[in-house]
Parts: sequence; C-alpha cells; structure tokens
Amino acid sequence: MTLELALFAILAAAVGVSAVGVVASGTIVRSAVWLLFTLIGVAFVYFLLGAAFLGAAQLIVYVGGTLVLVVFGGMLTAGGPFEALKTKRAEWAVGLLVAGGLFALLASVSLQLGGAIPTAADAPAELPGPGPLGLAFLGVPDGKRPAYLLVFEIVSVHLLVVLIGAAYLARPTKRVPPPQ
Amino acid sequence: MTALGPTPFLLLAAFLFACGVLCVATKRNAVGVLMGVELVLNAANLNLVTFARFRPEFRLEGQVFAVLVIVLAAAEAAVALAIILNFYNARGSVDVDTADHLKG
Repeated sequence: MTLELALFAILAAAVGVSAVGVVASGTIVRSAVWLLFTLIGVAFVYFLLGAAFLGAAQLIVYVGGTLVLVVFGGMLTAGGPFEALKTKRAEWAVGLLVAGGLFALLASVSLQLGGAIPTAADAPAELPGPGPLGLAFLGVPDGKRPAYLLVFEIVSVHLLVVLIGAAYLARPTKRVPPPQ
Repeated sequence: MTALGPTPFLLLAAFLFACGVLCVATKRNAVGVLMGVELVLNAANLNLVTFARFRPEFRLEGQVFAVLVIVLAAAEAAVALAIILNFYNARGSVDVDTADHLKG
C-alpha cells in the first residue's frame, strides 16, 4: 500500500460519501454543504493527479464562486427555513435504476480501458504547471505547443455576456408570495 | 505515482456521474437539480484530467479543457439561478413539479 494509493483511498471515500450526501439530503442547504465537501475533495484529487493549477482553479472558481452562487440561490428561493420537498418512492426507484445502469456501463468501460492504456510506469512526469498552461492560453507561438488564445477570448467574452444577461434576468420584479 | 493507474480515477468519476444523474432525476427543488448538474460536470473534468495525466499526448489539452469546463459551468450556474429566481418571483415556489404550464 503506497502513499499514493492510501491518499487516493481516503479522498475517494470522502468524495463518494459527500456525493451520496448531496443526493440523500432533504433540505437544500444540507445538499449545498455536502456539495462543498465533494468539490473540495475533487480539487484534492486534482492535486493528487499532478494538476496543481487546476486544483487551485477548482477551489477558487468552483467552490468560492459557483457554489456560493448556488447557496445564495437556494437561500433566496426557500419557501420556509426547514422546507423539504419530498420525492415519491417510485421516482427514487426509477432514478436508482437509471443511475445504477449508467454507473455499470461507465465502470465496465473504465475497467476495460485500464488494461489498454499504458500504466503509470510509462507516463513519468507531472502535468504542466501554470507556466506552460498560461503560455498556451496566451497563444505564444511555439513549435510543439498548440495555442488556445481564441478559445480563451471566446470564453472570457462568453462569461461576461452571460453574467450581464443573468443579472438582467434576475432583476427585481413583482413578487408573488409563496403559497401558504 | 507508480502504483496508481487510471482505472481508480475513472471509477470515481463514474460514481460521481451516477450520483449527479440521480440528483437531477429525483430532486424536486430546482437548485437541487442544478447541484446534480455540477456533479456531472465535475465527473467529466475528473475524466479529462485523468486521461491528461496518463496519456502523454493529452498532457496540456486535458487541463485546458478542464479549465474551460470550469468557466462554462460557472456561467451556466449563473444563468440557471437567474431563471430559477425569475420562476420563484412569478410563481412563489421552486418546485419543478409545478412547472407544467406547457403541458398539453
């Protein structure tokens, strides 16, 4: 049992339990907290895979931005402080069937791929850090490195447009009180 | 990192994907459905980074795609929450079962 395997086992257990917690929680705020732990666990898995910049980006953007947004949305739209919308048992059964089938399909494909892909012995080094990644996004010409400048610009403008549009969509209008 | 192949990471991503799909299928709160979508996107990102790590030819592209997915997921969460807020202002509840006005 190497250190990497032990670390991955701990992280995978944490991420798995948190993901089940997101699904199984009754109230929306509890689901958000479990999602927080899931996203932090996934960021640590990125660190374990050698993608340090991506782990940091996940923590900053996903946990610190997107999840805070989701928590705000959940709190602003809650009908009551402890309201929990319950799902019928038949819907749970169908959902579990579909999710179980999807997991079985993906797991079988992953187990088959595991043999074909060269294992870690052939992939020696770590992933590129912020330096090469930044240069690729800036479009600095290099013989062997592809440039992602156009994609970077498109995504930046897209984010700006989307945020302006979302702010306009969510502007205060006449409010209907919750049915009580 | 010599004892760990790509398979454990792929299995973890598959489990996250299944949990996300279950969340989307069973949650009645619209914000809960959005959380399921975030789980699915994280599973896809994990797959991208795993293949970047264990395949030398994807070393940069996997990370680039994952960064773009993170940014686009943030944008999509903003739009989804704006729609949910609008729905809440118009109807007073975020129960997706009550969103049946287009039903025949």
